[in-house]
Amino acid sequence: MSAKFLQISGFAVAIVAIQIVTQLTDSSFLLTQLTMTAYYSLLVIGLCMLIGYAGQISLGHAGFFAIGGYMSAFLTTHDLTVLKGKPFVALLSKFGLLVVKKDLYGAELLAFHPWPACILSVCTVLIVAYVIGGPVLKLKGHYLAMATLGFGIIIYRIVLGTSGLGAADGLSGVPGFSLFPGVMIGGGGPGKILNYYVAWGIVVAGMTALLNLIGSRVGRALSAIHGAEDAAEAMGIPTANYKLRVFVLSAGFAAIAGVLLTHYNGSIGPSEASVMKSVRYVAIVAIGGMTSLWGAISMSLILNYLSLRGSFGTYDDAVFGVILILIMLFAPDGLIRRQVLGDLKSLFGRFTRKGAVT
Amino acid sequence: MTPLLSVENLSKRFGGLKAVNEVSFTVPEGSIKALIGPNGAGKTTLFNLISGVIAPDTGVINFGGNYVQGLRPHQIASKGMARTFQHIRLFPKMSVLENVMIGRHIHSKAGFVAGMLSMPYTWSEEKRIKAKAHDILAFLELENLADIEATSLSYGQQRNVELGRALACEPRLLLLDEPAAGLNMSETAELGSLISKIRDTGITVLIVEHDMTLVMEISDEILVLSYGKKIADDIPLAVQSNSEVINVYLGEDEEDA
Repeated sequence: MSAKFLQISGFAVAIVAIQIVTQLTDSSFLLTQLTMTAYYSLLVIGLCMLIGYAGQISLGHAGFFAIGGYMSAFLTTHDLTVLKGKPFVALLSKFGLLVVKKDLYGAELLAFHPWPACILSVCTVLIVAYVIGGPVLKLKGHYLAMATLGFGIIIYRIVLGTSGLGAADGLSGVPGFSLFPGVMIGGGGPGKILNYYVAWGIVVAGMTALLNLIGSRVGRALSAIHGAEDAAEAMGIPTANYKLRVFVLSAGFAAIAGVLLTHYNGSIGPSEASVMKSVRYVAIVAIGGMTSLWGAISMSLILNYLSLRGSFGTYDDAVFGVILILIMLFAPDGLIRRQVLGDLKSLFGRFTRKGAVT
Repeated sequence: MTPLLSVENLSKRFGGLKAVNEVSFTVPEGSIKALIGPNGAGKTTLFNLISGVIAPDTGVINFGGNYVQGLRPHQIASKGMARTFQHIRLFPKMSVLENVMIGRHIHSKAGFVAGMLSMPYTWSEEKRIKAKAHDILAFLELENLADIEATSLSYGQQRNVELGRALACEPRLLLLDEPAAGLNMSETAELGSLISKIRDTGITVLIVEHDMTLVMEISDEILVLSYGKKIADDIPLAVQSNSEVINVYLGEDEEDA
């Protein structure tokens, strides 16, 4: 309990420290990428829960991210003015779920308020994950990877091919998401520092929830499923149900990440749904150490940030592909783990011995 | 005594092979019943049918007054049936204590939401789970191994941890699948007295075992299977002198039969 509290406090201190450093070095423009990194990290920790703790792979999480992001973007930008007379729209309007706003050219626009849009989008993703997860999670290993990959590809082709979703251009002009009065995610203008803290605050909350879960009866049961599914079942753990629930949970994290990042950026494009994004998330979880949320989040912070700053140039996707291959070949348990020092020692030992022989 | 488990006309066919063929028997509450037979007799299949790993083609299984055939293993487990495996199935990367704590799953209830929010009632539940797991480790004299990774232990110790995990379920019926396999004579003797001790705490035991010394020593009743069929179901002395059983075990003279 207290160890967990210390870890989370340390994490919060690191978040504040990063902000202070950017302030002192007069580089607060970096906060934009750091904020985006936070939302990607939210997806990564949810995926880490699924892959690392429950032992189920998913190569379709960019799909869940995209469904959340696109749906929220569509609902908050799609003009309902022509449907104003329809009873359904009138009802929505009556409950205050719709807002009137002006678009770039000053024309009036009737669309969903971000809150109901966000809730609808996340709920849709949860339902999709539940429906997909039921049959798909009966598969294991490569077959599960293939099935989720297929799901990801389907979502990618749908958003790319639907003109209502902007096809290759995606959706833009997505309004900022005012969480509470005075707290606005995105929407341009000031509030860079506020946005940074809101985003990382949400990640801290997500981390706390997942760390709690890992330390709980359910977390133990998930590890048991990962380790020996038949034995877990024989101990009275409803394995199919637990796998489905953790799959839906991780899809929920992806959905929230997708919705919030879309509002923060003010737009979403089909690249968010691409398979390479899913590969990237899995690569980050893998290099972070599979069964370590802290490893996953630190790798997510470093790699997503570098990627968003353009450090990998045009080799962006290739870098993550190569990382995944190298990790799977040489350190399938990930890089960040307790034995890493011992491994390094033995590795160097081997090289020096080889050197001595030749 | 009323039977805790009663199986009637249970059959399971794999392709052309009748792995279990019209088997009926009962396990009286508070007894130790052994299930023996040559390799391929259908012992493991019968075990898997009872614990729900596979569903029977025909027949019924009544456990503690409820029909359980066709239920999933976790549903049957939550009705009070726990098992060990022929090939040890401990949870890797988890300590001995955590492995035993898993056995408390059906006796606790914190779910996903309660776990994520770390609701106060889950703390006291965790404490109770831990305390019970420690009790069981003490019963099995494994206390000093509590924090060691379970899969790093010796074979005999792993067997005991698996037994502890099953006991943590506080089962009414304990299924043991060849618990003495790979144990030496003194370890087997210890296991025998341990199983008797477990029975004396009120847990009914159904055991598949090849070690005849152990079986004869601890069993109240013995069920003998051969080619999926029941050939004997009696007290040890009677089974020992049963001509059909002797035939099956000492080489069958098919021409003479």
